[in-house]
Order: sequence, then C-alpha cells, then structure tokens
Amino acid sequence: MAKRTLNIVESAYRAVMEEQDDTILWLLAAMQGANGAHTVVLRGNAVNYAISGQGAPGITVGGWKQTQAPKMDRDVADLIENRNIPVYVIEEDLAERGIARDELIPKVTLLSRRALPALLADYDLVAHW
Amino acid sequence: MSQKTLTIALMDAPYESANLTTAFRILDAAVRRGHNVNVFAYEGAAALAFARQAPHPNPVHGKNVAEENHPTTKDQVTALLAAAEQNGCRVDWVNCGMCVDERGVNEFVAGTRRGSPADFQAFTEASDNTLVIPTK
Amino acid sequence: MDQYLLIESRDPFESNDVAYYFELAKGLREAGNEVSLLLIQNGVLAARPSSRSRALSTLAESGVRVLADEFSLSERGIKKLAEGVIAAPIDIVVDHLEAGHKTLWH
Repeated sequence: MAKRTLNIVESAYRAVMEEQDDTILWLLAAMQGANGAHTVVLRGNAVNYAISGQGAPGITVGGWKQTQAPKMDRDVADLIENRNIPVYVIEEDLAERGIARDELIPKVTLLSRRALPALLADYDLVAHW
Repeated sequence: MSQKTLTIALMDAPYESANLTTAFRILDAAVRRGHNVNVFAYEGAAALAFARQAPHPNPVHGKNVAEENHPTTKDQVTALLAAAEQNGCRVDWVNCGMCVDERGVNEFVAGTRRGSPADFQAFTEASDNTLVIPTK
Repeated sequence: MDQYLLIESRDPFESNDVAYYFELAKGLREAGNEVSLLLIQNGVLAARPSSRSRALSTLAESGVRVLADEFSLSERGIKKLAEGVIAAPIDIVVDHLEAGHKTLWH
C-alpha cells in the first residue's frame, strides 16, 4: 500500500501560464497515477485555486498565440473527481481574502487552520510546497 | 545509525535561490554519513546537472577564471556522486524529463539520469524519509 | 506522538507568512508531538534579539526546540541569539530525516 502523503500547497499562480498547469498539482496528479496516495491542502494564496469560474485567455506575443491557457478551478476539480485526491481548503485563509463559500467549486472540504496538526498525524509523509 | 535511504525533491534553478546552497549542504551531510540518497530534480532544478555549465571570471573583483573558481552546480553534483561512491552509498539523481525538455538542458553529467514523476513516487515509497524543498 | 522538524527559510521582516508556520509548530507541540523548528537562510534573521524575536522565545517556552543554522548565522554575522534559540549544524536535518521524523520546509 502506498504511503499516505499530505501535500500542503501554498504557492499560487507561479508560472502557471507558462506551464499551462500549476506544476505542483500536476506533479501530484502524475504521482497519483503512479500508484500514489495523495491528499492536498490548499492554504495561503493557493486557496484561490478553488474559486469557480476563474481563468484568463491565452496570451499572445507577436504572432504567437497560446491555445491551452490553464484554469486552476478545473484542475482542482479534476484532482477530486478523476484522480481520487481529496482537496482541503483552509477556511481562515478564504475569509482573510474575502472569499465566500459559495464562490468555490463543489467537493472541496473546508478545514480550519487549527485542525492542521491533527490532520498531519494521519499521514505517513507530509510535504510542504 | 544504520544506512538509510533518503529522498530529496528540489525545484530551484541554479543561481536563483539560497535553497540550493542549503540543499547541497544537506545532501553532502547525508552522503558523508553513508546514506543512500535519491534526488528528484524538478522544474528549474532539472538544470542543476546540465553538463554545459561553465565557470567565468570576475571582472568586478579582477579575478580570472582560475582565480574566481566560480561554483557550478554540475560540479557539485559530480562531487556528490563521487563522495557517495567513496562512502559506500549511492546517489540516484533523476532530472524530470519534461522539465529538461522545456528548458533545453538535456545533457547531464555522468551518473545522473532522465526520469519522471513516477520515479519520485517510487523514490518516496522506497525511502525511509522524504524532504521536499519547494521553490517560492 | 510524532516527531517533527519544521524548517523555516523565510524571515518575519519580509514575509508575514512566517507567523502561520510558528503557529503550526505551536499547534503540533500542543497536540503532544516533539517539535523542532530550524531557522535557515534568511530565517535566522529572526533569531537576533529584536522586536520580532519574542515569538521564537515564546515557542521555545512552549516546548518547541528552536534552532538556528550555524552557517546561516555566520553568513549574516549574527552572534547573539534571542532567548531560547540554539545554534545547530546542518547535520541536524539529517538527524531528523534518518530518524524518520516528518520534515517540512517553508
């Protein structure tokens, strides 16, 4: 059985347009496909990834046009619905950023910052991204 | 302490972050103790073992190439692998393939190899412990 | 009970996210775990006695082992440490990793 790994993800919108993915969420999806057992906690600015309806159009540079611009909400939903990766979102970080619960995609699980220590105890490995 | 297998994931590109100085210090300490070490070099870190890095002089300080003795991460990687061999342990250094491709750094120093997230997953399963050093 | 090493590379002068990490260390300790916090790189800037170092001393009083990387201290000319902060060599990271302690980097 794979080691249960909790991944606390706080990095947000770093190189996502260039990579057309958040490279940490992408990595975890790939590792899950290689028989991983991953869970994600979105904290800090990364809680913004759970907001429904986000995404900018692809950029253009001269004659070059981006055709596969990323949408973070779509990728978070994909982790949950298609890859069996539960996603927690720290509720205090949402509140601090003025984000209401009804702005989020369905199926994310709200978690209080105070509950993090207990959650860490449930996992074999904890990675902080 | 008996021999362990440790995995470290790196993300920072050479010359951009203090994280790598610390990472190499940790890797060196682990290998000096005789532990096996797996390294998953992800994103910018895929360039750490790029064979075509070259040292340069320091005209601001008036030093030529030899005098400046400028560090290259490829030499640090090579030295780490050599130290592991001397200490009876091994370093398995994997450069994430797609990260290598998009950066065009697909010539690595000997002893390192191309890999994928599946390698990182396998590393974590086979290791006694794993440390992720993220980028900011 | 688990053992944790939390590595903090950021400083509270430039990042207000350091407070989250100190709170996590405190929460893990209050939950009955053994917790060490290692300040590294610019993280050691908080270890010099200052208006921001009280948070570290408070953590140390709560039972968190607060350490500062010797190399990072030397690099920054920090000679005097806040109450409760102890200088440590980088080998401390390998100590924790080889012992199987959950090791996180911020």
